[in-house]
Amino acid sequence: MSDLLDLTLHVWRQPNPKTPGKLVTYKVQGVSTHASFLEMLDILNEQLNAKGEEPVAFDHDCREGICGTCSLMINGRPHGGQRATTTCQLHMRVFRNNDEIWIEPWRAAAFPVIKDLCVDRTAFDRVIAAGGFITANAGSAPDANDVLVPKESADRAMDAAACIGCGACVAACPNGSAMLFVAAKLAHLHHLPQGQSEKEHRTKSMVGVMDAAGFGNCSNHYECEAACPKQIPRDVMALTNRDYAKAAFIHRDRETKSDGAG
Amino acid sequence: MISLDSRIPSGPVEQKWSKAKFDLKLVNPANKRKYKVIVVGSGLAGGAAAATLAELGYDVACFCFQDSPRRAHSIAAQGGINAAKNYQNDGDSIHRLFYDTVKGGDFRAREANVHRLAEVSVDIIDQCAAMGVPFAREYGGTLANRSFGGAQVSRTFYARGQTGQQLLLGVYAALSRQIGSGKVKMFPRTEMLDVVVDNGRAVGIVARDLVTGEIKSHSAHAVILATGGYGNVFYLSTNAKGCNVTATYRAHKKGAGFANPCFTQIHPTCIPVSGDFQSKLTLMSESLRNDGRVWVPKTKADIGKRPSEIAADSRDYYLERKYPSFGNLSPRDIASRAAKEQCDDGRGVGPGGRGVYLDFADAIKRDGENTIREKYGNLFEMYERITGENPYRVPMRIYPAVHYTMGGLWVDYNLQSSIPGLFCLGEANFSDHGANRLGASALMQGLADGYFIINYTLGNYLAGLNAQKDLVDAKGAAFSDVESSVKTKLDKLLGIGGKRSVDSFHKELGNIMWENCGMARSKDSLEHALQVIPKLREQFWSDVSVLGGKDTFNQSLEKAGRVADFLEFGELMCKDALVREESCGGHFRVEHQTPDGEAKRDDEKFCHAAVWEYVEGSEPVRHVEPLVFENVKLATRSYK
Repeated sequence: MSDLLDLTLHVWRQPNPKTPGKLVTYKVQGVSTHASFLEMLDILNEQLNAKGEEPVAFDHDCREGICGTCSLMINGRPHGGQRATTTCQLHMRVFRNNDEIWIEPWRAAAFPVIKDLCVDRTAFDRVIAAGGFITANAGSAPDANDVLVPKESADRAMDAAACIGCGACVAACPNGSAMLFVAAKLAHLHHLPQGQSEKEHRTKSMVGVMDAAGFGNCSNHYECEAACPKQIPRDVMALTNRDYAKAAFIHRDRETKSDGAG
Repeated sequence: MISLDSRIPSGPVEQKWSKAKFDLKLVNPANKRKYKVIVVGSGLAGGAAAATLAELGYDVACFCFQDSPRRAHSIAAQGGINAAKNYQNDGDSIHRLFYDTVKGGDFRAREANVHRLAEVSVDIIDQCAAMGVPFAREYGGTLANRSFGGAQVSRTFYARGQTGQQLLLGVYAALSRQIGSGKVKMFPRTEMLDVVVDNGRAVGIVARDLVTGEIKSHSAHAVILATGGYGNVFYLSTNAKGCNVTATYRAHKKGAGFANPCFTQIHPTCIPVSGDFQSKLTLMSESLRNDGRVWVPKTKADIGKRPSEIAADSRDYYLERKYPSFGNLSPRDIASRAAKEQCDDGRGVGPGGRGVYLDFADAIKRDGENTIREKYGNLFEMYERITGENPYRVPMRIYPAVHYTMGGLWVDYNLQSSIPGLFCLGEANFSDHGANRLGASALMQGLADGYFIINYTLGNYLAGLNAQKDLVDAKGAAFSDVESSVKTKLDKLLGIGGKRSVDSFHKELGNIMWENCGMARSKDSLEHALQVIPKLREQFWSDVSVLGGKDTFNQSLEKAGRVADFLEFGELMCKDALVREESCGGHFRVEHQTPDGEAKRDDEKFCHAAVWEYVEGSEPVRHVEPLVFENVKLATRSYK
């Protein structure tokens, strides 16, 4: 049955990227243990609105753990630290009456704060645009069963493809590395036969953009794996390191050669 | 007066699309780059359209309110995507998918559109597999299938319980490739606030940069809206919090006809409401009904007992009882109404008696827990995270919730709205699902529209334009007028300085809609809603409190604009539901039912799409597009 919680929140407030932020303390009372963490923030925002104070800005959308929009460092842990759980799926039944909760945005050089708890994660989009795809224009595909994919490969591709691009891995990493995110996409595509023909270029290109975007280097702490709400396994990073080393040897930058036709 | 020429090609239904593809005019490859196209929305329909049009060479700009195109709500679709591949050798065909969809929609969709959808469904699977979508496979490496409601064949392709996610990430990958090569300019965190119409033609949009607050005009030769459905008019729905009607409703106010707004889908298997703090409802995939059995206690005396204490013969497996040939896989509208019926009868389970059991005990006994975990593991985990109960041990509790909207902007066969140059794709249009959508068909339609239809039909429109002369200056009067009206509205919202939050109005509207225009509607309930909605709207415009500024990131202001539109749109829905004096699919008028409580259509009077025209300062005008059934015989839908 539902119990009610009284909580003390310390929430990061920052009006814009240029103004320094600070933690502000609020009290919320009578929060049902059946509420989700974001519903608890909704209750806080209703309170603030009623007092004429601007509500806390936080990113969220689907509230069912799949869109990857929600974030939040909760008591220093991305998404609050419950196994395989995004912030929107974290429910208040894991907290106790009179708990103090610290709520902050992702902290990473490549994810600048926009306002309060919202950060800019477009660096992830730039990494994907550098090669996180298989080139196949609409209309050019063979029959789907012409290319057989062993179940094992499809399953491992799916394990990696489950990434929701939330950025918890970067926030958890002491170096702010995006290695798990990038390697998850590479592993998804490289476990499939369709992904083979662009493998080397893709690996070099995505890793290059990742480095340029201001993410740190991976030094094998594996905090990312522990924080990942989709439990992307760390072995995808080993695969990427192998692919990257291979690509560095055999791949030369693409040159366009005219075939002289016409 | 709006024009409703459906432009359905002549000839037999199975040849219409081939004929259209030949008849539609083409734009020369070298000229395509001279045409600018705006796509609003980056889900399956919008993202696929933006990517595909850029592949063809058009100059594309794509807008989404989310922080990345990868977040569009298509991502939340769980169960699968239909296609008439007949890989299972179980009797499927394009004609059968066409037939099932027309029948599933309770004969309120256009035959020609549905047939085209069934035809291109097979290409979608090929395309997605080639792009690396990790569909489920058999041990031999071929694609696996499962069944969905309303079908007696296995034609649903899936990627665990995350099919929408994987298809959307495929679309996002294709879109990202075009963004990386400079063919698509992407505007994330940017919300379209109005469409610009000049000389009767859509020529661009006015949008707000949600980070800086800047209002900006964007000019193009054509505008494509792929902005999803309006289920959030009910406040509680399975939609993402940001889903809204603003783009299509504001286009409607500029002259686009809105078709069948009362056709909404209530999904039978969602996690029940747990308190007044509830901010959204979570779907449990229809695919669960492949293995889960739906039941409630036979007698009220057993309510309150633990499910394990209720013996097998004291349980009412009401779907199996009422619809023996489709059983637990009855279509959504029917399964939802049946659940409501049991709960109205006082045999609902869980808090407030608004729930029924979805029980996996028999499947676990038959196939073992591991098999069930492999099929549905992530859904079971999600259920446990939300409810705190373990569905491997106790049955899930589910209840219907608003999920999808079949109504949308009216479009012709070419997916063009009643405003020339304004196209509408995916859930945002009205065209393919009639009065009820079958499971696993939303993903199919979004990708069909985006990958394989708009690429032909848009070219036909653009071929009639002059690339230079017909691009309207974004600094000209046509745009600046719209910009100033958009700014005035934002100022007005910020200036009210009332006491109530935007959410409190949204919740109140949602409650009115759910109680009066939800799973069951009556003349009385709809007339009541039409009384109270205008009052609530008036209160909103005098007492809403929207804090913060307009030249800054302001989530309250974003919500306020969307809720303001819902407060007008909800009224249109109720009007549409009131005039449609019949029951069909998701639209159930209690006055029109068979003796055993099934929907009773009136084909004499209502075999048409109702298309509403907005009239400034006056009542909207209802037009009709008659529906003609030449291939699927009009019949009473039966799943018994």
